[in-house]
Amino acid sequence: MRIKSPRDFWAGLMFIGFGLFACIWAVTNYQMGSAVRMGPAYFPAVLGGLLALLGLIVLIESLAITGPPVAKINLRPLLLISAGCVVYGYLMKPLGLVLATAALVFIAAWGGHEFKWKEVAILSVMLIVFSVLVFVKGLTLPFPICPAFIDNCPIR
Amino acid sequence: MEMFDNLLLGFSVAFTPIHILYALIGVMLGTLIGVLPGVGPVATIAMLLPITFNLSPVAALIMLAGIYYGAQYGGSTSAILVNLPGESASVVTCLDGYQMARRGRAGPALAIAAIGSFFAGCVATLVIATAAPPLAEVALKFGPSEYFSLMVFGLIAATVLASGSLIKAIAMVVLGLLLGIMGTDVNSGVLRFTFSIPELSDGISFAVVAMGMFGTAEIIANLEQKENREVFTGKVKNLFPTKDDFKRAWKPILRGTALGSFLGILPGGGALLSSFGAYTMEKKLSKHPEQFGKGAIEGVAGPESANNAGAQTSFIPMLTLGIPGNPVMALMIGALMIQGIAPGPQVMNEKPELFWGLIASMWLGNAMLVLLNLPLIGMWIKLLTVPYRYLYPSILVFMAIGVFSLSNNPFDLLIMAIFGIFGYFCVKLECEPAPLILGFILGPLMEENLRRAMLLSRGDPFVFFTKPISLGFMVASAILLVIVALPAIRKKREEAFVEEPK
Repeated sequence: MRIKSPRDFWAGLMFIGFGLFACIWAVTNYQMGSAVRMGPAYFPAVLGGLLALLGLIVLIESLAITGPPVAKINLRPLLLISAGCVVYGYLMKPLGLVLATAALVFIAAWGGHEFKWKEVAILSVMLIVFSVLVFVKGLTLPFPICPAFIDNCPIR
Repeated sequence: MEMFDNLLLGFSVAFTPIHILYALIGVMLGTLIGVLPGVGPVATIAMLLPITFNLSPVAALIMLAGIYYGAQYGGSTSAILVNLPGESASVVTCLDGYQMARRGRAGPALAIAAIGSFFAGCVATLVIATAAPPLAEVALKFGPSEYFSLMVFGLIAATVLASGSLIKAIAMVVLGLLLGIMGTDVNSGVLRFTFSIPELSDGISFAVVAMGMFGTAEIIANLEQKENREVFTGKVKNLFPTKDDFKRAWKPILRGTALGSFLGILPGGGALLSSFGAYTMEKKLSKHPEQFGKGAIEGVAGPESANNAGAQTSFIPMLTLGIPGNPVMALMIGALMIQGIAPGPQVMNEKPELFWGLIASMWLGNAMLVLLNLPLIGMWIKLLTVPYRYLYPSILVFMAIGVFSLSNNPFDLLIMAIFGIFGYFCVKLECEPAPLILGFILGPLMEENLRRAMLLSRGDPFVFFTKPISLGFMVASAILLVIVALPAIRKKREEAFVEEPK
């Protein structure tokens, strides 16, 4: 057996994985009920089974029909862009909008092609000013601007 | 005439200064974000959704509709000027629009796109006003089994009309349905797939999923390509099309509008299929098909009118049935639910001011697009010259603010990042994200209606095939699947979505 269409092969595996997991998890953890009175497990179990079946078809097709290879996965932007968003979220409450935005901009810029300190610094200052003025002051979103540990911050 | 009374009511709602202002802000913001390369209407709406939370339902919907048209038009602008489609519907606009721009005719291309869109918008508004009430009347008689079958039909149609592999698209729908039912089960109160994480007990917010799959995933994918953009600055002088342009464009505008209005009503149709269809049709009908791809104004006028008409008539199934035909409508339904309104046929009777106000605001939004965008083209061009390395961190900041403001919880950003990574792998494996979003929004609805239908029929699954309307939807779904599976049509379908990538 040879994989003729790697894209479909991995897509098929992914669907089978999700489908089997959903099906087994639902059946073992929740009540199935009957067709008349469906329990919480009924719908996800059926869907999971269906998903696994569809995945299997995609998988089998990938062994028969030739398709393009999987394009190269670029880890750097993938990890840094995602990390930037997560960091922003978890820094917001302890450190405030200003530092969280700066962190997001720097991490995200690091994931791009070129990284120039000066440019990124100017960009983050602009975005911080914009966010504070438009979102916190203008749209009155309840975001802390300053770090929580500074008691008397000039802007609130 | 009842329709005119209704439209009059709508216009009296939409033409209050505050609503005009919200429509204006919506169109402005939508265009502003939509112009940015690689940001389509879905990401734009998801990003701007939080700012509508504090508005009244009417104002929120009017503003979101404005954002939608703005984003759509913004996408055409970047397609014509930089050959970068903001979303798949403007891919065809790139073909001839960009060529016109290279010949120094960016102005007429942008103007004809705006005029065509405006005309299409006016017609589509009338189509909605005439078609929606009778449809809602029918829909009011729907029971759970009809609704379930309708959703099956909608989801199947959406996958059939989408591009790419059919089985993978259906699998994505099913995965979306599964993700959609995460959280508390309304019938039993059981927490499903929450893995003891308290934040998951309400399920995942659809806006977070949409932003991850269409926003961050898109940025990550864009960062793989080196920047090579050619922007036509300073060349946009003669904005107004010549007499000859009008002579060549008016028929494509009419045909595009008709095609788009029709295709938009179909589930999964909307803007994408309309613009592809219109382009192919114009090329077939033209006396000079060889000019297409080299800057034929018909190739801009037809698809642009069609995609705007389609964008608008895709509101019909959403407003009358509560069923989204495309991811944008899924977001609109989500926005309605946040406002405490369950979308469906009852909205028209219970909240006529919302329903008709929205329809009137569609016309208003389109008028604003023309009045606003033609003079502001210079500004959009400036924005397009900004390098991507400044743009994408800015887009990320706006998305992060939007997601964080949903519930002031960093967990939402974690989920967005996870869906961003997942979306990126989906792009790599050629699995379309749009069907997943549709499934996601329909998951709970489908389960609820399935349960009710089965309860009413005492567990007889044939209830879906014995009631006439329900049977009709099931037969239609089966026919669609069979047609697409036929080898000859399968080939045609693949060809239709690969319109000369040269």
